[in-house]
Amino acid sequence: MTTTDLGGRATPPAAGPGAGSLRRGRGRRGSGGAPGGGGGIAPYLFLAPYLIVFGLFVLAPSVYVIWISLHDWDFLLPGKPFVGLRNYINMFQGGTVTSGPFWQAMEATGKFVLFSVPLLVAIPLAVAVVLNQKFPGRNFFRAAFFAPYVLGVAVVGILWAFLLDPNIGLVNYYLNKIGIDNVPWTTQTPWVWAALVGPTVWWTLGFNTVIYLAGLQDIPRELYEAAKVDGANRWQQFRNVTLPGLRPVLVFVITITILASANVFGQPYLITEGRPGFETRSAIMYIGQEGLREFRMGNAAAASFILTLCLIVISVGVFVLFRERRER
Amino acid sequence: MGKDHSTNQGPLSRRSFLGLGAGVGASMLLAACGGGSSTPPGAGGGGGGGGQFGEGKDYTGPNVSLAFWNGFTGGDGPFMRKLVEQFNGEHQNIKVSMNVLQWADFYPKVPTAVSSGNGPDIAIMHIDQLATNAARRVIIPVDEVATVLEYEESDFAPAVWSAGVWQEKRYGIPLDIHPLLQYHNEKFIGQAPTDLASFESTVKDAEGKGAQNPFWVTSTWPAHLMWWGLIHQFGGTPYSEDGSQAQFNSEAGVEALTWQISNIQKGYSPKNVAADAQAVAFRQGKNVLTWDGIWMMNEWAKINGLQWQASTMPQIGDQQAVWASSHNFVVTSQAQKDPNKLQASKVFISWISDHSIDWAKAGQIPARASVRETPEFKELEVQNIAAQQLDYVKFPPAVPGIGEVTAPTFELAVNEAVLGKKSPKAALDEATSKANELLTANKKKYGG
Repeated sequence: MTTTDLGGRATPPAAGPGAGSLRRGRGRRGSGGAPGGGGGIAPYLFLAPYLIVFGLFVLAPSVYVIWISLHDWDFLLPGKPFVGLRNYINMFQGGTVTSGPFWQAMEATGKFVLFSVPLLVAIPLAVAVVLNQKFPGRNFFRAAFFAPYVLGVAVVGILWAFLLDPNIGLVNYYLNKIGIDNVPWTTQTPWVWAALVGPTVWWTLGFNTVIYLAGLQDIPRELYEAAKVDGANRWQQFRNVTLPGLRPVLVFVITITILASANVFGQPYLITEGRPGFETRSAIMYIGQEGLREFRMGNAAAASFILTLCLIVISVGVFVLFRERRER
Repeated sequence: MGKDHSTNQGPLSRRSFLGLGAGVGASMLLAACGGGSSTPPGAGGGGGGGGQFGEGKDYTGPNVSLAFWNGFTGGDGPFMRKLVEQFNGEHQNIKVSMNVLQWADFYPKVPTAVSSGNGPDIAIMHIDQLATNAARRVIIPVDEVATVLEYEESDFAPAVWSAGVWQEKRYGIPLDIHPLLQYHNEKFIGQAPTDLASFESTVKDAEGKGAQNPFWVTSTWPAHLMWWGLIHQFGGTPYSEDGSQAQFNSEAGVEALTWQISNIQKGYSPKNVAADAQAVAFRQGKNVLTWDGIWMMNEWAKINGLQWQASTMPQIGDQQAVWASSHNFVVTSQAQKDPNKLQASKVFISWISDHSIDWAKAGQIPARASVRETPEFKELEVQNIAAQQLDYVKFPPAVPGIGEVTAPTFELAVNEAVLGKKSPKAALDEATSKANELLTANKKKYGG
C-alpha cells in the first residue's frame, strides 16, 4: 500500500509536473493563444478606439483648459498674455468684475441642485415602486411617465415659460379662477426656483424611474417571500429588502442626477433667462456668456475648471458616503 | 465592361480638361493681378484705383462662390433669401450661398468659423459689433468698397455712416436702420401720444375704455432699449463720447429709469412682465400701447382683427431721441485670401444696397437716402413713419467690446429696477461701476 502508494504518487509528480506543465503550457499557448491573444498588446488595441476618442476630445481639451485658464485668452487676438493664477485669484477675491457674478452663478447652480436632486431621487423611486406592481394599464403608465423625457430642453423650456408666464400664462389664469392673484413664477424669487425645478422634475423623472425599475426587477422575489414569511409588512419590506437591494442603483442615480443638475443650462436660459438680475443664471450659463459671448476665455476656462473640481469632489463624496454604509 | 470603360474615360478626360481650364484661369488671374498693380490707375474709377478689392464696379473673373452669413431668422429671412436668389440669377459668375443662424449664436460662431476658413466671406453685422470684430480681426476695412462704389456720407444717415468707422477706417457698409417705434391699438387709442402730457392722457383714456393695463413695461428685452432712448431724451448719454466711461447713473439715466417704473406704480403696467409677454399681450389687445422694434410690424400684420397703427416715439424728456441699430455689410478676413472673392463681394454689396427697397419691406429703413426718396419707399407707411426718427437715432460709440458691456450692466439694471429688486439709482450705480471696469479691461485687451 504505502510503497505502491508512494511509488504511485512519486512517479507521476516526478515525471508529471515537468511533462504536464510543458504540455499544459504548450496547450495554453496553442489553444488559448489564437482566440484570446495572449496578453501583451491586445487589450490595449481593443481599447484604442475609445482611448483615442477619449484622449482627443476629453483628456487633451481638459489639459488645454488649464493652460488657457492661465492666460488672458482670446483665441483671435495675437497677444494672449500669460497671467499665472490671476484668473483664479480674481475669482476668490471679492470686489473684482468676475468674482461676484461667478459665485452668484455657482450659488444659483448649488440651489438648483439642492432643490431638484432630492425630488429627482425620491419621486422616481416612489413612481418606480408603484409601477413595479402588477395592475391593469401598467405599461401605459410606464410610457406616460417616461414620455416627457423624449422632449428636447428647448421644447420643455419654451412650453413652461409660456405656461408659467406671470401675466399671460395658463397656470396663473387658472389660479386667478380660484381666487389667487398672479404669482410671478418666472420673474421673482423664490417663485423662479419652482419654475425651474418643477418642469425639470416633470421632464426628467421618467429617466430615473426607468433605472429604478430595472434595479427593482433585479431584486430576487424570494427575498420578499422570505420577508413576508417573517411577518414583515409592506413598509418593512421596502426598508429591509427594496432599499438595500437598490443601493448600487441609488448611488448611480444620485450621482448622475447631481451631475446633470449641476450642468443645468437650458431651463434657466429659456424659462427665466437667468432673471431676476442674475439670480438664476447657472454656472454653465455664466461660463458660456463669459467665454463665448464676451470672449474672456481665460476666465471662463478657470471658472469651468473650478466647477469641474467641485463636481469631482461631490461625486467622490457620494461614493464614499455609500461605500461606508455598505461596509457596516 | 466596355461601357464601363467609356464612362470611366469620360470623367477622366473631362477632369483633365477642367484642370487645364483651372490652370489657364489661374495664369490669367495672375496676369490680371500683375497688370493691375503695375499699370497706374487712371482708366478705372476716380483717383483711388484698384487695391485689394479690385477696380470698377463689376466682376469679370472666373466663377467664384461667396458664403454669406446673417442672423435673419425671423420674418426678415425670406426677404433676404429672395434677394440673394435674384442676385445669383443675374450674375452667372458669382454664386452667393446664404447661411442663417440666430444672432445669439452668430456672433460667437463667426470668429471661430472665419479663423478656421469655413466661415463667411461676407456677413451682416450690427453696428455695435463692428469695432469688436475689427479689433479681433474678424472683418477687414471696406473703405475701398465705399470709394469704388462712390458711396458718400451725404447719401447715408449721418449717424449710421459715422458709427461704422473705427480707428479712422470703415468696417461696415450700412444696409438699413431699425429703430424702436410706438405702436397702438386703434380700438382703445385714437391719436398716438407725442409728448409726456398726451402720453398720460392717452393712457388714462385707454384705461377708461377698458384696457386694464394699457402700457406694459417689460422687465426684459427690449426694456433697456427704451431706457437707451429715454436717457438721451432727458439730456444724458450712456457713454462718454470716446466710449471710455459709462454714465448710466447720471441724473438723466436715473430719471429715465424712474419714469419707466412709474408706469408700473401708476398701474399702467402690470408687475413682473416677463420676456415677450408684452408683445403677446399686444397681439391679444390687452397691451394697447407699446414700444417695440420696427421689425415687429410684420408680426402685428399677421394677427387677424388687430387694428394697429405705428407712430414715432413720444418725447417724454427734454428732447427727442430713440434707440436704433443698423445692419451692416462686412467683409471677413477669410475672403481676403482670395482677390476674386473680394471683387465679387463688392459687386454683391452694391447690388443688394441698390435693391434695398425690397429689403425695406421686411420692416427696415434703407440706410441710403437715395433709396428712401424713391416713390416706392413712400408707399411703405410704417417704414416712412420710422424714417422720421432718423435725425435723432442714437448708436453707441464705436469701441471694441462695447456690445458686450450691455448685458451685464444696464440691461441687468433695468431688469432689477423694473422687478423692484433695487431702486433705479442703486441699480444704475452698480451697473456704471461694473461697466467702467469692463471698459477698462476692454481697452487693455484691444489696445485702446
